[in-house]
Amino acid sequence: MPTVTMVVNGQPVSKHVEARTLLVDLLRNDLSLTGTHVGCDTSQCGACVVHVNGDAVKACTMFAFEAEGTEVATIEGQAADDGTLSNIQQAFQDHHGLQCGFCTPGMIMSASALLKDNPHPSEDEIRAYLEGNICRCTGYHNIVKAIIAASGQDVAAVTAE
Amino acid sequence: MYDFDIERPSTIADAVLALQNEDTQALSGGQTLIPTLKARLAMPETLISLTGIPEMQGICTNDTGQLCIGGGTTHASVARGAIQYPALAQMAGHIGDPAVRNRGTIGGSLANNDPAACYPAAVLGSGATIVTNTREIAADDYFLGMFETALEEGEIITEVRFPLPQRANYQKFQQPASRFALVGVFVAKYADGVRVAVTGASEEGVFRWTDAELALDTNFSATALSELMVAADGLLEDIHGSPEYRANLIKVMTQRAVGAA
Repeated sequence: MPTVTMVVNGQPVSKHVEARTLLVDLLRNDLSLTGTHVGCDTSQCGACVVHVNGDAVKACTMFAFEAEGTEVATIEGQAADDGTLSNIQQAFQDHHGLQCGFCTPGMIMSASALLKDNPHPSEDEIRAYLEGNICRCTGYHNIVKAIIAASGQDVAAVTAE
Repeated sequence: MYDFDIERPSTIADAVLALQNEDTQALSGGQTLIPTLKARLAMPETLISLTGIPEMQGICTNDTGQLCIGGGTTHASVARGAIQYPALAQMAGHIGDPAVRNRGTIGGSLANNDPAACYPAAVLGSGATIVTNTREIAADDYFLGMFETALEEGEIITEVRFPLPQRANYQKFQQPASRFALVGVFVAKYADGVRVAVTGASEEGVFRWTDAELALDTNFSATALSELMVAADGLLEDIHGSPEYRANLIKVMTQRAVGAA
């Protein structure tokens, strides 16, 4: 059985994995990081988005073995050690960017990848970037607002729908 | 998922060697192959991952001015890095979604040759050259039909070389659920002629619309296409669109691409 060695949320990790083990299963089952969700398991919904070397990827569509030598970031690593929410997490709370919350970890991880590349995205850019993240509750509007707010822009400018 | 083995060689030579073993399958970004394995539509015994091969990644320009892209280069890297070929970068930046673009690769897309994938249109529309571990294949000789290519068993796409056009554009009419092209048209104008490649529409996969190329050779404008129409015969039919609808979309997307080029 191959071994995969990587850094997850700043902690070095070394695990034996089967070839078929998906990154999301390693995170959830072996590391108990169950904040990364599996919605569709077919790379449509984006609930499983994590960062691998800083890039957003769908953890249900990458083998754990391929994460060898990488740095992986999950939702669990977003808040500070004392529980203080990240800027984006706080904005989701402030702007009611979630209802059932199932898609939220993937939304937050996608949003943070977007803001890293594009610190002041337009509403259209946000909506385009979230194309691979599906939410069945909110209608996306408050998610977009939260990301606008997290980027330090004026939320009032977001078009009402 | 069923049980299989995986190897991750770090050189092209080692990957080629590994792929000579029986019942192996090359794995690139896996954005199509992993869902395929989950559904057991393919069940190879051993996957040979090509994601750990540095010599297959990156973008550069060669001595003849062609843009060379390593077979293992992701869509996101092409979207960011193909600055000499904006139409190609724009095309790559609209494949799937951001997370898919961070994994999916040009070589993987071309080896798979999905009839609705974007890359085949860009490669055929540019008259690009597909470089493998054994040879160079002209785009016109590479795409043989739906999911069929000129690649031999165990052959790996190591690089794709694009001649840079004077003007080019890609227009995709997106199937909103899958984000594949319902119809996608890549138009590129070169000194020696215009090329028009259509994806998403034909039962035979990507194809060149040669009537449009001839019309655009003499008059590179959307109006040059006003009297033309692709025959609906042989076009795909599904719940998203009839052959006639796709035929119309081909014309509309081609006109838009010419206008935006």
